[in-house]
Amino acid sequence: MGKLYTFLKYFFITVWTVFVVAPFLWALTTSFKDFNSVNGGVTYIPWVDFEPNLEGWRVLIKSPAQGGVDIVEPYFNSLFVTCTASLVSIILGTLSAYALSRYTFKAGPIKNNDITFFFISQRIMPPIVLSIPFFLFLGAVNLLDSLFGLIVVYIVLLMPIAVWIMVDFFNKVPREIDETALIDGCNPYQAFYKVVLPNSIPGLIVAGMFCIIFGWIDFFFAFILTFTEVQLLPVKIVALNSSITPWWSLSASALVSVAPLIVVAFIVERYLSKGNLSGAIK
Amino acid sequence: MNFKHKYVFLFPGLFVLIGILIFPIIFVVRLSLSGWNSYNGLNFIGLENYIRLFTDDPRFWESFIRLSFLSVTTVTLQYVIGFALAHMVWKEIKFQRFFRVLFLIPMMTTPVIMTVIWRTFFHESLGPVNDLLQIFDVAPKWLTDPTLAKITVIIVEVWQWTPFMFLLLLAGLLSLPKEPFLAAAIDGASPIRKFIYVTFPLMAPISIGAIIIRLIEASKIMDTVYVLTSGGPGTSTETSSFYIFIKGLREFQMGYAASMSFTYLIIMIISLTVIAKVLTKLLLKD
Repeated sequence: MGKLYTFLKYFFITVWTVFVVAPFLWALTTSFKDFNSVNGGVTYIPWVDFEPNLEGWRVLIKSPAQGGVDIVEPYFNSLFVTCTASLVSIILGTLSAYALSRYTFKAGPIKNNDITFFFISQRIMPPIVLSIPFFLFLGAVNLLDSLFGLIVVYIVLLMPIAVWIMVDFFNKVPREIDETALIDGCNPYQAFYKVVLPNSIPGLIVAGMFCIIFGWIDFFFAFILTFTEVQLLPVKIVALNSSITPWWSLSASALVSVAPLIVVAFIVERYLSKGNLSGAIK
Repeated sequence: MNFKHKYVFLFPGLFVLIGILIFPIIFVVRLSLSGWNSYNGLNFIGLENYIRLFTDDPRFWESFIRLSFLSVTTVTLQYVIGFALAHMVWKEIKFQRFFRVLFLIPMMTTPVIMTVIWRTFFHESLGPVNDLLQIFDVAPKWLTDPTLAKITVIIVEVWQWTPFMFLLLLAGLLSLPKEPFLAAAIDGASPIRKFIYVTFPLMAPISIGAIIIRLIEASKIMDTVYVLTSGGPGTSTETSSFYIFIKGLREFQMGYAASMSFTYLIIMIISLTVIAKVLTKLLLKD
């Protein structure tokens, strides 16, 4: 019984590992191929099946004038938009979550839970529903095709996540620590800033990671709301997917786009092992 | 007491959100009651769009049924696989940290970009999947056969989002109290009984939360379909969002697209509430 379970466990884990890794390995080998080794049939092993070259990678940093793709600028745009929007969402979301966790609100039939649900429900709307009015809205205030406009839109996308995680987290931080701080003569803002916040760092990190993930992987808003002035990484990479697809540079750029978030995976795992994440997500 | 303070904490976030959203939402409602073309702009036509949607557009309802099928299937698969994986790396296992990080990684990748890779992966003549299947002398048309295209979309979605389920469930497993397991061990319960009577009931609230959140996200499925199949072949992988996208931004029937969006939103909110209620009843019997 025990042996069979162990065997099945390792078998299942191996199968899943292969499934997870396969597209990455495929992208990695493809990124070193050239036109002939892609279109002449399926090849796998460099030096044996095909002669590897660095063209797919080199093209990424060349300017368009030299026949390159130049993903450097979109890369930094993406990083900037994601980080700024995440930061704003975390700050505003944490404040709101703290209020929803510690105080009672009542306005007619609307109570705390309804306000929390209002925040979270913003994620139900498919991007397409909002993209048309956002398009006109940003057009009206002259923010279409600009970094600032995208940040504004991403705040709507990310704040619900921050509120969702932080409300649950604050609910688990004992109220006594606020009360002690208030008795010791802090005003509510000092109590929040000096006592509650330092105790909430794991929650803040998890919320931050989630905001960064969901900001970084968004494609649709960037696709609809920007054209030429500002380009984000996903849009730029998908634009490569045209009639004659350069599989090599596509693969290379896909790998480059994954890189920063691998760090996020490690941070999430670290907090998971310490058992801290479990307090933040439930 | 502290009457003022609570508003100082709540309002910045709430008002920023409302401030950004109020115009788009009012506009969607207004637009859904209008016809819109480039000659005379917005003209009020009452409920005409809604009447057309409910009486004369089977394609929308087909796309909605397809979406329900796709999201329920993918979320179920993600839940089962995610739970299995989380349960396997929960207790001591070789290379525990390595597997935990590895299983998280697909979720960190941008869906559109990975889908482009998947498209080359499932390419009929130049992709590795069909190359390996040659051994069995078959060459499935992963992206151009109506049934297989759906399966391909499901495979990609499961790859992409099982980690999210895995993360929530693993976090839940790690936060479970130890006492019930000790009691079960003292009673000499077999691993299967332990899972059915201890682990699973304890995980029920977390499971419900994770399933609802995944359903919300899965029903927005758009990126994958857009790159992988563009809704094709025919309309066999067209979901609601994608159909709204086609009507709104390809054919520029904005008013009609807005009325579809609004209808869709209301159906989604109602069905998610019902699903949450049903799941709570099923899983939290006591």
